[in-house]
Amino acid sequence: MKNNAIFSLKKVSKVFPGVKALDAVDLHLYPGQVTALIGENGAGKSTLVKTMTGIYQPDGGEIIFNGKPVQFHSPHDSHALGITAIHQETVLFDDLTVAENIFLGNYPMTKYFSIDWSTMVTRSQEILSSINAPMNPNQILRELSIGQKHMVGIARALSVDAKVVILDEPTAALSHHEIHELYELVNTLKKQGKAILFITHKFDEIFALADRYTVFRDGRYVGEGFVKDVNEAQLVEMMVARSIDETYPKKDVNIGETLLEVVNLCHTTEFANISFSLKKGEILGIYGLVGSGRTEVMQALFGTSEQVTGTVKMEGKEVTIHSPKEAIDNGIVYVPEERQKQGIVLELPIYQNVSLPQIERLTKNGQVDQEGEMTLARQYCERLQVKASSWNEKVMNLSGGNQQKVVIAKWLATNPKVIILDEPTKGIDIGSKSAVHAFMSELVDSGLSVIMVSSELPEILGMSDRILVMNEGLIVGELSRADATPEKVVSLATGGIVVC
Amino acid sequence: MDTIIKKTATPDVLLTSKLQKLFRWETFLILIVMFVFVMNSYLSPYFLDPWNLSDATFNFTEKALIALPMAMLIIAKEIDISVAAIISLSSTFMGLVAQMGAPIYMVVLVGVFVGAVCGLVNGLLVTRFKIPSIVVTIGTMSLFRGISYILLGDQVVRDYPDGFEFFGQGYVYWVFSFELVLFAFFALVFYWLLHRTTFGRYTYAIGNNPDASYFSGIKVDKHRLILFTLVGAMSGVAAVLLTSRLGSTRPSIAMGWELSIITMVVLGGVSILGGSGTIAGVVLAVILMGLVTFGMGLLNIPGIVMTIIVGVMLITVVSLPVLITMYKCKKAKVL
Repeated sequence: MKNNAIFSLKKVSKVFPGVKALDAVDLHLYPGQVTALIGENGAGKSTLVKTMTGIYQPDGGEIIFNGKPVQFHSPHDSHALGITAIHQETVLFDDLTVAENIFLGNYPMTKYFSIDWSTMVTRSQEILSSINAPMNPNQILRELSIGQKHMVGIARALSVDAKVVILDEPTAALSHHEIHELYELVNTLKKQGKAILFITHKFDEIFALADRYTVFRDGRYVGEGFVKDVNEAQLVEMMVARSIDETYPKKDVNIGETLLEVVNLCHTTEFANISFSLKKGEILGIYGLVGSGRTEVMQALFGTSEQVTGTVKMEGKEVTIHSPKEAIDNGIVYVPEERQKQGIVLELPIYQNVSLPQIERLTKNGQVDQEGEMTLARQYCERLQVKASSWNEKVMNLSGGNQQKVVIAKWLATNPKVIILDEPTKGIDIGSKSAVHAFMSELVDSGLSVIMVSSELPEILGMSDRILVMNEGLIVGELSRADATPEKVVSLATGGIVVC
Repeated sequence: MDTIIKKTATPDVLLTSKLQKLFRWETFLILIVMFVFVMNSYLSPYFLDPWNLSDATFNFTEKALIALPMAMLIIAKEIDISVAAIISLSSTFMGLVAQMGAPIYMVVLVGVFVGAVCGLVNGLLVTRFKIPSIVVTIGTMSLFRGISYILLGDQVVRDYPDGFEFFGQGYVYWVFSFELVLFAFFALVFYWLLHRTTFGRYTYAIGNNPDASYFSGIKVDKHRLILFTLVGAMSGVAAVLLTSRLGSTRPSIAMGWELSIITMVVLGGVSILGGSGTIAGVVLAVILMGLVTFGMGLLNIPGIVMTIIVGVMLITVVSLPVLITMYKCKKAKVL
């Protein structure tokens, strides 16, 4: 059976200074089959993709394509063999046309050394219709929706005669409906006989799409097999080498008096008439599809939006919040969805990130008290169990889950009253996820209030005391923990029309 | 007991940090400065004379005073191209008040004040209208110098009060000129400001990630505004020194200085993309530039050739570390 594999990695290793990112891993891909690659963050999945596409050169082992050992010196080499990758966030060019994006770097030429525009447009149309995404190849990319852009990225990956297609967490940025389209696309590619490597965190996707699975853990190969032979619990155990309690660690906390009250918050374009309250010790879940205005409301509460009217009351007193500084001073902090862009300064060490919102407090005689900063960082990072070689390490060297913990540590260190978590577990592995959930319970236990924005239904249902559902900039429903069912929440969020 | 266990689990300071410090950009610059120093003293018998060395410092102290705040501005992901034009405008106003018979302290205050106002204008344009700083300061570069030309025409102002020449020509002690001592003083001030204070920490944070800094409660725009004003004010200080040294004001004063100032900053290891760099590096780069131009002057190398050599030096020095890592990688691959 293994001899039929079109693409194999045998005992491939990749070493970075101090880290063995891949340690003699095996992987086999078969034509017309989907192989799911699963593993926690830091298991070596991204390194593997980069090795397969020629961005990294392996330090040991063999890459076998069509029965012959091959070496990739650059991405060009692997591309030439028909190995192509669709990334989580595809790099595209907003001011070029659809066709130009698809063929970028590989433009068809006329015999007079100029670009053959007509071939490019017709070929683009062919590719786009083969993946069921008809659009005008001459349209400028900026005018397209996120989902359409994603399709252009996929078309770009398929513009070469692809034999092996790598999908690296392709659904992370997509809405419900778009994910469905992607499933269909994967099935189409399968029928065309392409070998597909599907990398994902989501188990429902594995069981819906994949034929085989391969599991990595800490850069090592753990096992492989047919998806039909395993269940979720077995896969999780292989991934983390321990069984994870999938129930949400929601504790019953005494819910106190109203802490935060928002009355009639309006924005000129994004949302209107937002009124809600938050009690002490409560976890308020906010659910809505991408574009429903949930993040915008939260950022307005945090003072980053200018065109906002309405009143915000903390402990019964009206407060004005026009900047993050004022929000922090009033005890409201915000853990943003875009962690790397808004949450953290990657190039600075952990301890300086933790102290950033309050260095002024840590300044003595005009000088920053580095000892004090260290103490603060140590205290909160240890409480959150951040894994790092030192608190002086740059945040960019940490895994996604640990970066998220540093953001949370930074805010806890300011002694907030309300902590807003925007997609707190997006893109982090299952182990860190349950740590974040457990920590949320601990937070409300210690008297904080939490607002959690999430598009993961199990998380919302599992963790919230109360759920607000948003749709198109309005709060369309409020459900108590007891009343909430997946069906009710989704139907409210989609305006009553149940998708799928 | 408890703390010991914790420390071994996650030490507060990297063990390798001492070794890493040895291989820093500043070390590299010190080596080059030493090399140039030895070469110069070998090539010219006049180089090691204290008074000659002291004279040489006048070539760079005024520019170097602006390079200090400029380094902070560039670390914060902004830039100011208009500094030389600020010197011109500031010097012009000093000349005008001097013509009206203002006393020395008034002339100095006007110089620094006009510089600060120019910097404030730059800062307001960048922060209020969200125009990239390179565009704003290219604009104000022509604007400020244009105003100087309108105010002065082709006249030269020489009516400075007696004693004013001290700032640019006087000595504090033995061979140490007022300019050199002032530079040393400001180098310490800016070292403290960038590496020891909250203000400095914010500068690095903003230069590395303005969004995350804003979300952490830092008043990013206010910070930028202060930095621009600081660069302007220091350009005003440089204008006082230069005007005093030349004893006259022309609208064309300090023409083209902005590029040598930015060269000093970049040579000092400040990333032109923002986020990293040190004051020590900039000070070393200033000394290096000074030694190289002085050495070439002693050897009678013509000015045009000097600019070529300085250009080549900048590119070589900045690309050397990159070339070394590339070479290391290649070697590692072969092995």
